[in-house]
Amino acid sequence: MRNVWIILRKELRSYFVSPVAYLLLSMFAVIFGFFFWAQLNGFITYAMEMQMRGQMFPMNINESLIRPLLANVRVTGLFFIPLITMRLFAEEKRTGTIELLATSPISDTEIILGKWLAALTLYGCLLGLTALNFLFLFKYGRPDWKPLVIGYLGLLLEAGAMLAIGTFISTLTRNQIIAGAVTFAACLLLWVFEWVSEFDSATWAQVLSYASVTTHAQSFAKGLLSLKDAVYFVSTIFLGLFLTARSLESLRWRS
Amino acid sequence: MIKVTDLTKRYARHTAVDHISFEVHKGQIVGFLGPNGAGKTTTMRMLTCFLPPTAGSATVAGFDVLEQSFEVKRRIGYLPETPPLYPEMRTVEYLQFVGSLKGLSKSELAKRVGYVCDRCAISDVKDKLLGKLSKGYRQRVGLAQAIIHNPDVLILDEPTSGLDPKQINDTRELIKSLAGDHTIILSTHILPEVEQTCEQVIIINKGKLVATDSVSNLQNRARGAESLLVEVGARGGNIDPAKVQSRIELVSGVTRVVLKNNRDNRSVFEVESRKGLVRGDLARSVVEAGWDLNELRPAAISLEEVFLQLTGEPAAVPAEEAVAAGVK
Repeated sequence: MRNVWIILRKELRSYFVSPVAYLLLSMFAVIFGFFFWAQLNGFITYAMEMQMRGQMFPMNINESLIRPLLANVRVTGLFFIPLITMRLFAEEKRTGTIELLATSPISDTEIILGKWLAALTLYGCLLGLTALNFLFLFKYGRPDWKPLVIGYLGLLLEAGAMLAIGTFISTLTRNQIIAGAVTFAACLLLWVFEWVSEFDSATWAQVLSYASVTTHAQSFAKGLLSLKDAVYFVSTIFLGLFLTARSLESLRWRS
Repeated sequence: MIKVTDLTKRYARHTAVDHISFEVHKGQIVGFLGPNGAGKTTTMRMLTCFLPPTAGSATVAGFDVLEQSFEVKRRIGYLPETPPLYPEMRTVEYLQFVGSLKGLSKSELAKRVGYVCDRCAISDVKDKLLGKLSKGYRQRVGLAQAIIHNPDVLILDEPTSGLDPKQINDTRELIKSLAGDHTIILSTHILPEVEQTCEQVIIINKGKLVATDSVSNLQNRARGAESLLVEVGARGGNIDPAKVQSRIELVSGVTRVVLKNNRDNRSVFEVESRKGLVRGDLARSVVEAGWDLNELRPAAISLEEVFLQLTGEPAAVPAEEAVAAGVK
């Protein structure tokens, strides 16, 4: 456990000592700031129209503002995940520091867990930024906080799964750009596989659709805590990290 | 301390290390000698548990590198060919990170970091980013990293490559001063380095063990015959190299004379002789003939020549390059 913490701290330091973390955070803040501003204005305009038409019952802020905003966070996150994971192992392989880690009394599992947790922490920071915007809604309105928290939990689980896949892909190359590009392609595919359920219900389509992260993100987005979907994400995380461990091991036999 | 038996590493197409066996005793400095691509790095990587051997076994301090790799890793300090530095870390941060990775406690850590900074003379770059350090400092930080947890065994892969002559000297002195408490294996392709720092030599070539011997024995084997470089000049008039050559050949003990260079009225010969004191006679003979003896020095014996003598294979590298490599 101590070793995981050592690696985690080192990874976070290299994110936050270099401009990487700040760049990602500020870009994310700007992008989400725009989404928030645009959606909020749309919501206000719509609310006023509704009022003029004489609709009496209040609009649901969770349904018509928070849920689409969380969907925006999810899309933006997809672009940022490869940027977070691409350096994890590719960089160590390129500079040769992987030799230091591999010849220290620390297990591969500890290295992988430390790195993945560091990536998840950075992603958590990105989510934290967006939470700041939502605080304003609580000041001026009365949104329900529970669906919001569950929405965030879903985003974190989904990101954890994709970060684990990204971590695995980063062990396959010493080139960060390749690692990033392949991770993006893989995550995007996992994202859109869900579409096949719309036009086909054959077994292969069902499998493909089940494998998609989007399928499992839906209930969390609606504010429903779904054990089934949580199990999917957790097992994808395990699969990704397991593949990472195997890949690290095979690296030693091949290199 | 280190025992290697029939260690073999095979890749898909070639065998990098082929049934190597040797033993290193506690407190020794051992030079691991061989041309580039001989399998030095691969062997070291197997000893440090970075690569698993295909066949054979190796034990460090009684622990098997495959079965008890954690125990081995705890007792080994390793400096790979390029020091494994994180450019975005500062020197002290980096040493603390490596120290904690090797399992040092917080109180030990502070003590050891101070100690290795003094020992490796890197105290003046303590707060600098590693990415901004010069090659010499990077190498020394690499060495500091290897000894941070006071390991029983130090494995250094070409610790002096790419350094300037003063840095090379400092690094060798540092390594020598580390012997005694640590058992050290250092790899190199430079023969004088081994002569200066090591007690024992292991020579490998193309993955095979060529010789394992003490340095003085190796020198004797390599210097069965002495080789001298002689530069003869003439003031004023022209010099006839053939004449000089035949005169030198007459000196007793000389077995072979080769003209290496002849210009500006100066001729350089390589003179091979039986072991003994031919230098006095040689000098006298040249001077008595009325020529100037500009230079008389033992020719550097390059690793390739040692190979030539030990293996009987023709050296792959041209002589000039070999000499250059020898004095680098």
